[in-house]
Amino acid sequence: MRTEIRLAGFGGQGIGLAGLILGKAVSLYDGLEAVMTQAYGPEARGGASSTNLVVADRPIDYPFVQEADILVTLSQEAYTRFRDEAKPEALVIIDEDLVQPSPQDSCLKVPATKLAEDLGRRIVANVVMLGFLTATTGLVERESIEDAIKSSVRENVLELNMKAFAAGYEYARKLKADQ
Amino acid sequence: MRCYAQAILDSGIPQDNHVVVSGIGCSGRVAGYMKIDSYHTTHGRAIPFAVGLKLANPELTVTVFSGDGDLAAIGGNHLIHAARRNVDISVICANNFNYGMTGGQLGPTTPFGARTTTSPYGSPELPFNLPYLLAASGANFVARWTTIHVRQLKRDILYMFSKPGFSFVEVLVPCPVGFGKMNFIDEGLDEMLLYKERCVIADGIPIDELGIDLRTDQPIYVGRFIDRDLAPYRPVRLEDIE
Amino acid sequence: MTSSGVLTGKHFFQGDEACAEGAIAAGCRFFGGYPITPSTEIAERLAHRFPEIGGVFIQMEDEMGSMAAVLGASAAGARAMTATSGPGFSLMMENIGLAVMMELPCVVVNVQRGSPSTGLPTLPGQSEVMQARWGSHGDYGLAAFSPWSPQEMFDLTIHSFNVADRYRIPILLMADEVVGHMVERVVIPREDQITRWERKRPDPNNKDAFEPFLAEDPDLVPPLAYAGEGYRVHFTGLTHDELGYPDMSAETHHRLVTRLVEKINYNSEKIVQTEDHFMDDARIVVVSYGSTARSARRAVKDARQEGIPVGFLRLVSLWPFPTNQIRELADHVDSFIVAEMNLGQMALEVERHVRRPVTGVHHAGGAMMAPDRILDAIREVANTGYTHLR
Repeated sequence: MRTEIRLAGFGGQGIGLAGLILGKAVSLYDGLEAVMTQAYGPEARGGASSTNLVVADRPIDYPFVQEADILVTLSQEAYTRFRDEAKPEALVIIDEDLVQPSPQDSCLKVPATKLAEDLGRRIVANVVMLGFLTATTGLVERESIEDAIKSSVRENVLELNMKAFAAGYEYARKLKADQ
Repeated sequence: MRCYAQAILDSGIPQDNHVVVSGIGCSGRVAGYMKIDSYHTTHGRAIPFAVGLKLANPELTVTVFSGDGDLAAIGGNHLIHAARRNVDISVICANNFNYGMTGGQLGPTTPFGARTTTSPYGSPELPFNLPYLLAASGANFVARWTTIHVRQLKRDILYMFSKPGFSFVEVLVPCPVGFGKMNFIDEGLDEMLLYKERCVIADGIPIDELGIDLRTDQPIYVGRFIDRDLAPYRPVRLEDIE
Repeated sequence: MTSSGVLTGKHFFQGDEACAEGAIAAGCRFFGGYPITPSTEIAERLAHRFPEIGGVFIQMEDEMGSMAAVLGASAAGARAMTATSGPGFSLMMENIGLAVMMELPCVVVNVQRGSPSTGLPTLPGQSEVMQARWGSHGDYGLAAFSPWSPQEMFDLTIHSFNVADRYRIPILLMADEVVGHMVERVVIPREDQITRWERKRPDPNNKDAFEPFLAEDPDLVPPLAYAGEGYRVHFTGLTHDELGYPDMSAETHHRLVTRLVEKINYNSEKIVQTEDHFMDDARIVVVSYGSTARSARRAVKDARQEGIPVGFLRLVSLWPFPTNQIRELADHVDSFIVAEMNLGQMALEVERHVRRPVTGVHHAGGAMMAPDRILDAIREVANTGYTHLR
């Protein structure tokens, strides 16, 4: 098994932190392998920023995402730039208030930024997305992500992040139940 | 060199704690003439080597002994930055107005108009006023003497050992072979006499007046110009912050 | 974290961070450096960590000063390190030669980016492997290692300090941007399980008779005295005799330089490190190192699936070169492929030892080589009957 994941948005949305939490959860708490890579330099500043993860059940040789199996986008620019680089049949998750997908693209939609705003801080939209991703894909155990959040964020924002994760997780569950 | 050796003996600091670092040049060889721990480094890099020594073992009394070419030209960047950081080392800069070891070429302190093998028609460049440079860079102690001011020089080297932060003394030294000959100063002794005639002890004189012009009868000012207590460099320690 | 400040346990670390933690675990307590992409995270992490544990972090004015400060700290007895990338590596070269000449142990990390000149600051390269061997002027020997993962950024940093201390040489840790910036699991053992090799030290009861550059042991390594210990040593970059004092004779020069080179040759079996897989029936061998070796291993595995008898050899140490292993392999392997992110540097060295043309899979840098390119080369070599191709 080798799953390629790309998380993308604009600078300041905490895309890197989301990747770090997910990678930690997979490789430190779930016993799988994970490699995270990021774009550096001018292309990483402003515009579409992305964090890439390869998750596998055996050592990972080539560490880069070539064709994403899972694409999570939190901005229109990120969607436009990275959709075609992902597999046509990739699981695409979008922030429904920030991304207008192509009509023929069947995406999973989540109001991540809005859910984060409901918690008081739009900055945790990244962790809402992680909650949604965890519930939807089953790629990683919920406890593992929670452990990873605990070891990645400051004490004073831990509760907020845990709530954000739960909000995304519950939203996905409800969505599934409604279907 | 004799003054430095005498100062070490008089310092009351165990000789084993004294370390001398030099670069490349006539005065760079000093490290090899002293029976203390001595490091003869690459051209221009004596000061950062000394910085590493001092920070890794703050117990050491670290002195850099090198020339004007080594310290102010190829090593000029290290000189101003060590002074800016105010690292607790002493620098003795022997200034002979040229690159003596390689046969008398133009250096960063060669006076305007002075002849060297690479400025045969006279130097077209203005030289560094070293005390001015060091004062502007942030050194805690800046002085200038010549080789005839033995007593004052020894006194100030001794003072530099105990002075916290970066201290610097420029020592004007004769270079009869490399510099004197080309500039109608026949013997080392003549250059010494020139110092004797023209030197004026002027402690605390405005530092922008310390330029040296051998072509005119303008005095060569020597003395202590800066003695202040800016905070010396200390590596960051968490316990100091919390 | 332990009382001495060494981290333990499992971490999800960037290679550069792992390198910094490896330095701390190795007992490094002095870092003098100048920020340069893509090595800056090493300096940043140590700037954060050293104040917690009593290490000295100083950001120098340039790389020449960085290297000189590292040597000064080493002369005072500290385990000392700097980290840089191509342009800075070039500026350090003169004092890397001084480290060789003064036999002052130290570690220089080069997180290689696209070169030459300013090149590609944020993208990978492996084009300084020959500079690592020959970049400073003169004949000399040193050791260079090439990590291929964040875990090895940690492990090989510790090992670099050990080898530097054991043989009194500068060690060049030749990472690349991919390995420096990728994030992966790094397992740090308990501090008491981390091996530290001690430096050879002089006899404190016989200070007056001590000759700082007299190598009496067969390993050609003299004991190292630090500044301030009362040995009254003289170190110089000039050619020097066993007492350490300048001696401008051809005889002394030949004796000294020969010992500095032979010191590495004599101990090379202990310094050389390689990793190999699928060698038993291999008729083709892919040689690679650093991040490129990850793609090479993938390609070799894929080629094995296709039934091609291909083996994988990774150079963990670049210098000294694994001369004996490569020569031995050359006796029963038909063809060699060298995959590297430059236009043919280690390929030359492999070719020199196997005494036949090797197939190079080369790229000037800027992106990690994908496994497909190496797989194509393996197929091509296999199709031409295991003979070489150019």
